[in-house]
Amino acid sequence: MSASIWVLVEQWRGQVSEITYEVLALGRELADGLGVPLQAVLLGHNAKALADSLGKANSVLYADHPALVEPTPEACTIALAQLLGERQPEALLIPLTNVTLGIGSLVSAAVGVPVINFCKQVSVVSGGLQAQCVLYGGKIEAVVKAKQKPALFGIWPGARTPDQGRATSAPQVETVGVAFPRDPCVRLKRYVEPEAGDVDVTKQNVLVSVGRGIQSRDNLELAEELAETLGGAVCGSRPVIDQGWLPLTRQIGKSGLTVKPKLYLAAGISGAPEHVEGIKGADLIVAINSDPRAPIFDVAHYGVVGDALDVLPALTEAVRARKG
Amino acid sequence: MGEAAAHEPTICELTLDTLASHPEGRKVFTCIQCGTCAGTCPYGDVMDYPPRRIIGMLRAGLLEKVITSDSLLACVACYACMAKCPRGIQLTEVLLPLVKEQTFLRLPETPAELAKALENTLRYGNPEGEPARKRAAWVKTTDVPVRILAEDPKRPVDVLWFVECYTSYHPRGQDNTRATAKVFHALGVDFAILGNEEKCAGECARLLGESGLFDTLMDYNMAVFQKYTFNRLVTSGAHAYDAFKYQYPALGYRYPTDHTAVFLARQLDKLKPLLTRKLDYTVTYHDSCCLGRHNGFYEEPRQLLRAIPGVKVVEMTHNRINSICCGGGGGGMWLDTYYKAKGYERLSERRVKEAAASGANVLAVSCPYEVSRFEDALKVFGYDKHMVVRDVVELLAEAIAA
Amino acid sequence: MNILVLLKMVPDVVEDIEVAADGKSLDPDSLRLIPSESDEHALEEALILKERHAAKVTAIALDCEGADDALFTALAKGADRAVKIAGGATGLATRAGAARVARALSAGQGLQPMDLVLTGTQAIDDLEGLTAPLLAHRLGWPYLGIVTQVVVDPASARSTVTKEYPGGCHGEFDVPLPAVLGVQAAEKPPRYVPVAKVRAAMKSLKIETVVPPEEDEPAPLDILQMAKPQAAGHAEMLDGAPEEVAGKLVEILAGHGLL
Repeated sequence: MSASIWVLVEQWRGQVSEITYEVLALGRELADGLGVPLQAVLLGHNAKALADSLGKANSVLYADHPALVEPTPEACTIALAQLLGERQPEALLIPLTNVTLGIGSLVSAAVGVPVINFCKQVSVVSGGLQAQCVLYGGKIEAVVKAKQKPALFGIWPGARTPDQGRATSAPQVETVGVAFPRDPCVRLKRYVEPEAGDVDVTKQNVLVSVGRGIQSRDNLELAEELAETLGGAVCGSRPVIDQGWLPLTRQIGKSGLTVKPKLYLAAGISGAPEHVEGIKGADLIVAINSDPRAPIFDVAHYGVVGDALDVLPALTEAVRARKG
Repeated sequence: MGEAAAHEPTICELTLDTLASHPEGRKVFTCIQCGTCAGTCPYGDVMDYPPRRIIGMLRAGLLEKVITSDSLLACVACYACMAKCPRGIQLTEVLLPLVKEQTFLRLPETPAELAKALENTLRYGNPEGEPARKRAAWVKTTDVPVRILAEDPKRPVDVLWFVECYTSYHPRGQDNTRATAKVFHALGVDFAILGNEEKCAGECARLLGESGLFDTLMDYNMAVFQKYTFNRLVTSGAHAYDAFKYQYPALGYRYPTDHTAVFLARQLDKLKPLLTRKLDYTVTYHDSCCLGRHNGFYEEPRQLLRAIPGVKVVEMTHNRINSICCGGGGGGMWLDTYYKAKGYERLSERRVKEAAASGANVLAVSCPYEVSRFEDALKVFGYDKHMVVRDVVELLAEAIAA
Repeated sequence: MNILVLLKMVPDVVEDIEVAADGKSLDPDSLRLIPSESDEHALEEALILKERHAAKVTAIALDCEGADDALFTALAKGADRAVKIAGGATGLATRAGAARVARALSAGQGLQPMDLVLTGTQAIDDLEGLTAPLLAHRLGWPYLGIVTQVVVDPASARSTVTKEYPGGCHGEFDVPLPAVLGVQAAEKPPRYVPVAKVRAAMKSLKIETVVPPEEDEPAPLDILQMAKPQAAGHAEMLDGAPEEVAGKLVEILAGHGLL
């Protein structure tokens, strides 16, 4: 038992993602709470330079193999299964994003270690780890413990801020070997980029975002008018894109984009964790929803209980009047 | 068209293939191809196959072409064709739902908003997708005592008030419902509601061809009715009225049934003295399709309006049998995006232009769908500065001193 | 080609979910179970593949309340077979549920050979998320999740599978069959099936039941508590008619230098 806390580094297309730093911040607290070192696990090929920014950890375990050139779930699982088996840390924290989703469960299935997903928080309690998990679309929170070690924790974005996980000094790097007795059978052939030529919502200062609450594609006009008046762009939550009312490039949330605008106005969006994940960095979140108990009001700074179809045009008019 | 003929049990089992087995089905083939139906249909100009051509194709054995065209989805079940048919063919009531049912089966994809409304109706008993346990939440928002039958099941009641979906869940529908409760209470009506046990009557699902959903709801509602003792049923839903009047008798439903406007008009002598507040409104009344064309109740809502002190009633160009549907029936309530993609004019927009031209400042309605449809349409043209939409019962309640 | 679709019944969150008296599980009476949303997408993707390749689709679910409804609906939508796995639902314990499905598939009970298993990539109660990964592992088959399109080449027993990545990006993967895939969204929204068709299926079609050999599965998680969330922070609520609220918002936006 190597008595350490591990954090899986999410690196994709040559970059360490922001959520990795969030999870490093959490991992640092847990490691300190248990009095054990924090190690970042970096899987890749010719990717050692990425370890430089991971100084929040005591050291980086870097596994290099051609099969890991892309962080496909299967390849990562094979590598992690070996590393966990050899080193038996206390726990492995895995960021939950589209890149890494499934890795925890695959490792758990392969090796038999416990896995706990949907963690918004993990804490040290009586010398062990306890997770607070968000279930049932945010309607229930559960406190969960694993009965064995190592245990895997899938961490939702937003558990900490990325800045809390950054460090100025580079960590020690230990290169470890992993074996791939056969090539992974699930092979990435190519990436397909989204359609070019559309607005890049991640670069907008103002976003007017719509959800199912706008009821139909026609009502998008109301959002578009407001966005235009405020000098921003329209985007939406997943259901709106699934219906075909907006293109994929406008989708905010886990399966889409993460945005940090100055203003994020959420109209008719309930605020499920998958969406909220994409907006936590916004400076000002204003939510309009007809359900006073919509979870969006827990992340918004200002809230209006009302029909978006009434409030949006009223706001457009008021802004126009103010701007003169 | 006044009262429809009494239905024999087999009409519920009619299919396009077995039309000839029932008198109403056989009537279809007496069509003289005059084209009045197509001419009066509000979307007749955009349909590939308006009713006249459907019957022609049916006779020629070419129905397949009709049902693989999706243009019948533009039918909003407004009864205009049926009301004017010189042969009295039950177009809206019988033939068109059968054709629509087949059309939907052949669509590569059911329009998403409509599919959701139907799934919600099956799962939650309302198209909005709200939980059943919130259906009677409006009761807490009114001072008027409202009896819920499940709380006191053995005690009989005179009137079972079937509230319906938009009137239970939609904020503007709840305005209507609170007004209705106030008027009933002022009149001393002995009434009760089913509360959270109530589920959609399903008439719009039936009209667009979802007969299975309608049957499921009808079975359910009949079972709930049988738990309680009441003399008559009054409903705020114009489409629900049609369901109880014309379809539910097939399962043994025998209660005298009225729409709220008609129920109140029958008691005008008791109601009029209570209407003491003067409302200086110029009101134009929009005849709803179900109450008006389908059942002939043109004068009753007007009598109610004229009984309100200060109210002046003016008519729109197309009134009574010629009224222009708001576009909400037959699934239209959930097909606006679909119609828009095809470039059809919104019927509610067509209608509010007439309302604005009538010189009225209040557009009075009697079907729950009309309220939000007309309010939206008024906003499109900016007429909402000069005109509001009110259900007839809302105006009555306003005229009753608190 | 034979496709298996695994449907999981989960609580409908439109209804209120209540915590049971023991404070660490859900009150079963408060729950109404419906198929998991991404499982509906998995079924739709299977039906699309059926239309393309004249495949046979079997819908399968653990036996619990609501499962019959879900399976008859799958049959009405076009599935060829519907199978219930005896032993009850497992809720949060996806390890036990997945293991039971794996045993049912392996136990020679007429469910093999399968070329493809489709299920939703994630359900709202996927605390362990093991349904598809464990099934894949026990069968010795590859697994890929967050799938939005499956293109099969039956002749070569391979598939090209599209997986979602952040930022609207997709990855195209080569996956040999048989495989287990976790579907996020089908190529088209799940089709609507008229109630009359479901009722007809209930009258004329049968759901088979399979009884897999029982085995103990470890349950390595302890649920210490379940509760409705305390909102960590809450928005400052603005009241009034839309015009009033708009006025207040304009002041707030101006204060943030946004106008």
